[in-house]
Amino acid sequence: MKSFQGQTLSWQVSAGTIELVLDRAPCNEIGLAALGELEKFAAALESLQRDAHALIISSARAEGFCAGADLRELYERSQELRAAERASAVRDFLERIHRVMNAIDAAPLTTVAAVHGVTFGGGFELALTCDLIVADKMARFCFPELRLGLIPGFGGIPRLKRDTGNAVVRDLLLTGRSINAAKAQSVGLVSQVTAEGDALRVSRATAAQIGKFDRGTAIAAKRFIKPIPHEELRREIDVFCELFTRPAVEAGLRKFVESTDALPYLP
Amino acid sequence: MNPLEKTTDEILRLASEHFKVPRAELNAGDDFFKKLGINSLQALDLLTRIEQHFHIELPDYELQGVSDFKTLAERIQSRL
Repeated sequence: MKSFQGQTLSWQVSAGTIELVLDRAPCNEIGLAALGELEKFAAALESLQRDAHALIISSARAEGFCAGADLRELYERSQELRAAERASAVRDFLERIHRVMNAIDAAPLTTVAAVHGVTFGGGFELALTCDLIVADKMARFCFPELRLGLIPGFGGIPRLKRDTGNAVVRDLLLTGRSINAAKAQSVGLVSQVTAEGDALRVSRATAAQIGKFDRGTAIAAKRFIKPIPHEELRREIDVFCELFTRPAVEAGLRKFVESTDALPYLP
Repeated sequence: MNPLEKTTDEILRLASEHFKVPRAELNAGDDFFKKLGINSLQALDLLTRIEQHFHIELPDYELQGVSDFKTLAERIQSRL
């Protein structure tokens, strides 16, 4: 399928670049619907990549790239299930999302996340699957999972470790604070910072540049320099699932869902 | 104007420009959520603009319990 228009995202191929656009109100939260369409995309990638040298992932939502997992859906679904079923359901969800993330991470294309605004949790993890992150100056990055009694579960920790120093990983994970694009660039996470609203344009220019080089060489180079941390990714799922069954998590999710706080996104 | 007053004034000007609220309507003791009519995502936007303007990093947890411009200025001042 060279183009697709779904409920939560769309994609099309143009000038050798696949453009995947996230578009689910309010801020591309990843629940079952988004996961289903991301799986469709991952399945289509094999044929799409034959006519492309680059993939750009961006968001059509003004609020930002992606605020992460759909916590309301996660809480509501977990309330419908018995304790033993909850653990199994969450593992199933994580394994599915990991398959999608791994497919994008390993894609034989140069991949670019064009981000703006809120790039939190699972959204940050999606961006980290890409070879390059181009961020507009208003982008903010965050792993807020600890305030829910969890760790990032979509592959964020192994990928963050792959891309930056352990001190940065500890800072982001243990404080749950958000950092701006300039800070993210200074620690090596963001490739280019752009003017507000310009991340997609710059990503397209970057994709055009990438298209000038021999594709086979680019693929070989990417495989050489960008290992997929499979063992750690599997371990992350195990740790997440162990934590998920704890009462603190249900309490954290309930607090988020019921919050009337002005700043529910803050740790 | 002492440094804290200057910082407060700069925040009020920044907020006025970005959220299109007349500067004359903003005061140091105002609740910025109510006065600017902003939600949590817009508050993060304001945080980024503040960081850029003052060339500082201001961790979000420094904003816990902060809702008026003057207290926000104090948090910023401690990073200058």
